[in-house]
Amino acid sequence: MKLGEIVEKLSLDVKTGHHGLQKEVSGVYVSDLLSDVMANSKEGNVWITLQTHLNIVAVAGLKGLAGIIIVNNRQPEKEINDKADSEKVTIMTTSMPAFEVTGKLYQMLN
Amino acid sequence: MPLNTDKTIEGSFQLIGGDFSIAGESSARLKSILTDLGVQEDIIRRASIATFEAEMNVIIYAAAGTLHYEISPRQIRITLVDMGPGIKDIDQAMQEGYSTAPDWVREMGWGAGMGLPNMKKNSDEFKIDSVVGEGTTVEMVINLP
Repeated sequence: MKLGEIVEKLSLDVKTGHHGLQKEVSGVYVSDLLSDVMANSKEGNVWITLQTHLNIVAVAGLKGLAGIIIVNNRQPEKEINDKADSEKVTIMTTSMPAFEVTGKLYQMLN
Repeated sequence: MPLNTDKTIEGSFQLIGGDFSIAGESSARLKSILTDLGVQEDIIRRASIATFEAEMNVIIYAAAGTLHYEISPRQIRITLVDMGPGIKDIDQAMQEGYSTAPDWVREMGWGAGMGLPNMKKNSDEFKIDSVVGEGTTVEMVINLP
């Protein structure tokens, strides 16, 4: 499934990296610990988190993740936008809590 | 795929403690150097993770540090030397889940006690030396096939 389809079905708000919506999603990883995401996420995964600071872009870029969904209506910190756009990292937000968005994605991808 | 070089390539990056805005830059640059050299993907992934974690340790705990890389046809050697507080008990620091990071760092999702174990797991050789009050040196080697 392409990232763009997920955005549409879950009504996610795309904040950065709009060009990444064409990317194929390989799966989902849910974690708020950055070392855990570095160790255990897979290339092409969508990452669900409540973290909003700059380092999430570096982690997603390094791991080649398809995108980041920030939950609970939290918004990425301002300085993120430029870095995320230049590193081609797609950041999306939703008002849903992690459990809900994860459950919906689980149904969509399985 | 053979490495696109028969000589050793080396370089260094400076790290400044507390500057979270540069976190991941050294590992991203090393990743692009390894990609240009035609190193295979799983090795680039291991080197990137190990380097990112090493960078984070300097940024979280030390005043400053240097990350030096040396890529030869046989191996990647990454050496970190920091001017930090040093580690009292290295065996304890190597335990997964053990961390001395302050709360505000943990709130950012760092300091979960996974850094040093992740570095070791992704290296073929891992050495750590530390002197309390002076700093820590980490050397990681990843063999090339």
